[in-house]
Amino acid sequence: MQEKIISVQHLAKKFGSFEAVKDVSFEVNKGDVFGFLGPNGAGKSTSIRCMLSLIKPDAGSIEIFGKSLDRNRENILARTGSIIEKPDFYKYLSAYKNLELFARISGANSTKNEIYEMLDFVGLRGREKDKVAGFSHGMKQRLGIAQTLLHKPDLIILDEPTTGLDPQGIIEIRNLILQLKSEHNKTVLLSSHNLSEIEIISNRMVIINQGKSIVEGEVKELLNSNDLVVLMELDNVELAMRILKESFQDVEAYIDMQGQLSLNITKERVAQLNKHFVLQGIQVFGIESKRKLEDYFIKMIQA
Amino acid sequence: MLYKSVINECIKIAAKPRSYLGLAAITILVAVILFALHADGQSFISFVTASFEQTLSFEGSVLNGNLVAFIVLQMLIIHVPLLVALVTGDLISGEAAMGTIRMLATKPITRVQLLLSKFIAGGIYTFGVIVWLGFMALIVGKWMFGIGDLIVLNSDGLVILQVDDIAWRYLGGFAVAYLALLTVASLSICLSCFSENSIGPIVSTMAIIILFTIIGTLDVKIFDQIKPYLFTTHMAAWRSFFEEPLPKAAIYQSIFILLFHNLIFVSVAIFQFKRKDITS
Repeated sequence: MQEKIISVQHLAKKFGSFEAVKDVSFEVNKGDVFGFLGPNGAGKSTSIRCMLSLIKPDAGSIEIFGKSLDRNRENILARTGSIIEKPDFYKYLSAYKNLELFARISGANSTKNEIYEMLDFVGLRGREKDKVAGFSHGMKQRLGIAQTLLHKPDLIILDEPTTGLDPQGIIEIRNLILQLKSEHNKTVLLSSHNLSEIEIISNRMVIINQGKSIVEGEVKELLNSNDLVVLMELDNVELAMRILKESFQDVEAYIDMQGQLSLNITKERVAQLNKHFVLQGIQVFGIESKRKLEDYFIKMIQA
Repeated sequence: MLYKSVINECIKIAAKPRSYLGLAAITILVAVILFALHADGQSFISFVTASFEQTLSFEGSVLNGNLVAFIVLQMLIIHVPLLVALVTGDLISGEAAMGTIRMLATKPITRVQLLLSKFIAGGIYTFGVIVWLGFMALIVGKWMFGIGDLIVLNSDGLVILQVDDIAWRYLGGFAVAYLALLTVASLSICLSCFSENSIGPIVSTMAIIILFTIIGTLDVKIFDQIKPYLFTTHMAAWRSFFEEPLPKAAIYQSIFILLFHNLIFVSVAIFQFKRKDITS
């Protein structure tokens, strides 16, 4: 049985009459990169803030490292690193001084060398003496990662870590998270709007909507990797639809706005269908597998 | 962890440009007063002592470093609270506005420790302000005007204090003045816990001081009962050290009331900050 790092049960939080979180439950195992998904206003940030004791929940329980957050707050936070939305720093201090300040109250006795190594790790070596006021959003985000990791936490909670980053920055953060899992065996809880990001790097996930957790599990199992959503670009879509109705009745299909054929189909059937279309004289210009999480997410939210 | 957090808070205060605004303002204000007294101090003193010249004869210079320091203190002690609140009122709300309070509150330090570290750092800064005021008024004043007996005019008449009987009075006076400023710092930090921007607590602190001062000066019966308990009534308690005989009971009462206010402000701040949801 896997060691549970986070166990959230029936979490609820109201702000006045507004119920931000109604009933959120999920569990994160050791070594997971856990995707925390939900549309805007679903209650993701409020749940995360509850996990970091920034917000006091009205109901429910939060256990991290097998201990109640209420009774072991300081012990738990000493083993946790986090970025909530965007990392904010003291603009009038240098990057080095900011890290030194946060390291001091993180319970880590980080040496000068360790701070420099961390700045190196996030690609900010050489900018350590510069005031944060002059940093771009991406640089602040990287500095945020550095302050998150400096005290060598076992659990890392990242709330929208790639918001506002350029594609290069997104790839860098993604690789950094994968590196944390593969090389350092850290447990990561990652909240993101970017579904493809979650699909690529998470092994488990929970989807929450309107303050409630609606589905939780292994990403592969939930998305059932054998079922694909495929787009086919053909010269005669109408003929293709007729063939599908006659010979491939198990395949769900429709013609999308771009005139492409969209199919819900298994891997094996893609090859068969392609061969059949060609034999029927239909020219196949392209076959593209769509990101499935997007469809799954929308299906879950709409349900 | 409290000690580490106090170090952090002191570093932050020392690095903030606004922290030096108060010290710069004190330097300029004291310099202006010293310059004015140096240029035309004798006529200012003659105007005050003229009414006593028929009954008293003054030998030596009445205008000396001790008197100058007294004048400076009397003129500035009303304004220094604003300079203190400018920094201390920003200690919590400034972090909320910047977003760094979120980062701090996810560190393994209790909220009470975090808040106390801010009170302690605010107290240290206030101490720095009062030391600087003392240095500028006393040391620079004595350097420019020399030393001598201190003649103080108060409500009971003229008090003449011997030159070797003054140092401890200034020490006591500055200590009580520090306590009064510490109360202002505590009030502004307390208000800071209720706000998400730095202007609010600074303006509110000054508004409360002005309101209480007005209540204290209004000769209205209904306010007479509360006047002795307002901290603003005791902000000028430092002057009691320059009375003869020393009004010990009044000084102890002022110290008690100022300490009591500090305790109330710290307690309210802890109550609020502990239960506060950090949503910024």
